[in-house]
Amino acid sequence: MRARRTVLDEHRVEQAIGLLLRTGVLLAAVIVCAGAALYLVRHGGERIDYRVFRGERADLRSVRGIFAGALALQGRDVIQLGLLVLLATPVARVVFSVGAFALQRDWLYVGVTLAVLTVLLWSLAGGAL
Amino acid sequence: MTVAGFSVIVFLGSTAAGFLGALSGLGGGVVVVPLLTLLLGVDIHYAAGAALISVIATSSGAAAAYVREGYSNLRIGMLLEVATTLGAVGGATLATHVGASGIAIVFGLVLLGSAALSMRRHVEQQGLGPTDRLATRLRLDGSYPGPGGPQRYRARRVPAAASLMALAGILSGLLGIGSGAVKVLALDAAMGLPFKVSTTTSNFMIGVTAAASAGVYLRRGYIDPGLAMPVMLGVLLGSLAGARALSRLTSGVLRAVFAVLIAALGIEMIASGLGGRI
Repeated sequence: MRARRTVLDEHRVEQAIGLLLRTGVLLAAVIVCAGAALYLVRHGGERIDYRVFRGERADLRSVRGIFAGALALQGRDVIQLGLLVLLATPVARVVFSVGAFALQRDWLYVGVTLAVLTVLLWSLAGGAL
Repeated sequence: MTVAGFSVIVFLGSTAAGFLGALSGLGGGVVVVPLLTLLLGVDIHYAAGAALISVIATSSGAAAAYVREGYSNLRIGMLLEVATTLGAVGGATLATHVGASGIAIVFGLVLLGSAALSMRRHVEQQGLGPTDRLATRLRLDGSYPGPGGPQRYRARRVPAAASLMALAGILSGLLGIGSGAVKVLALDAAMGLPFKVSTTTSNFMIGVTAAASAGVYLRRGYIDPGLAMPVMLGVLLGSLAGARALSRLTSGVLRAVFAVLIAALGIEMIASGLGGRI
């Protein structure tokens, strides 16, 4: 009886993770499309060159800068906001997994998942090896 | 080139790359980076940043379908993600110190390796396999839905798999790819998992690995919205179409054609890197 309940719980967790991933990707794609429309309407005729690497402006590198630019409806910042949502999707999945393992009282894997989450957040905070 | 013209060309090219990536099972990143660098002359750092974004999109999109089928092993995936994410941050850091030519040469070598791996004959483990103390203690054994009810399987050689996963992470961060080929190798050849479990668990891990690299890329200013936008939308669309076509096409000859194509791209990348053209 108990084994069956665990299987059912795991199945429900998997269903929820599937929904979470799908929603994240869809939301990101919608925001990127909106940003693309703004960007192409305003800058579509300008010339561009990606042959030389320069690095992005500081406001396109930080979460705060991206939010500020997106609120001002800057096309490139809106696209970058969509990319942030996309980036947040796997992170949300890991957060969700911490909860799922905790519900199963699987403390070993709560620890493992928290370790993965720490690396992810550290990289997003600008950490590097 | 104007922004509008460039966006349309990159979008169409990325759609084709996503389609090929899904059909060959190698993923869109592996095809889109050579396309951007060799054909359109984009700096490989920008190309890798945009490819990473597309890898997260396709992996999450595909994983949404796979996870629900119940094939992927969440414990194995999460445990090995410790190795892949650390590797990815290391690889992404390395990318900021290595010149474009060096990255192109490593990319070419990885393409050649992927071509060879895709031709590898898969030998499915017969029976349950031996018990492994570490894998048992970590509760990695599992089951997947088979035709006659749940099929059980055992995992083994955890340290070997973790080492391969760290390598997969480094390559992912350095080159902007999902490293699916190396991940499947770790799960299937090292751990001895059933093939279907290996491929779905690998796919499930790719998004988290790529997110770890993409964090470093974003903070370093390697992710350009103008380039990432058409690449992400194109690869996502192409890979969805590719996954749909895949259920109607059975590989074999197709696989050989892709292997030759990928190997040719690999040689071209190495030549361009050595010649200083990238």
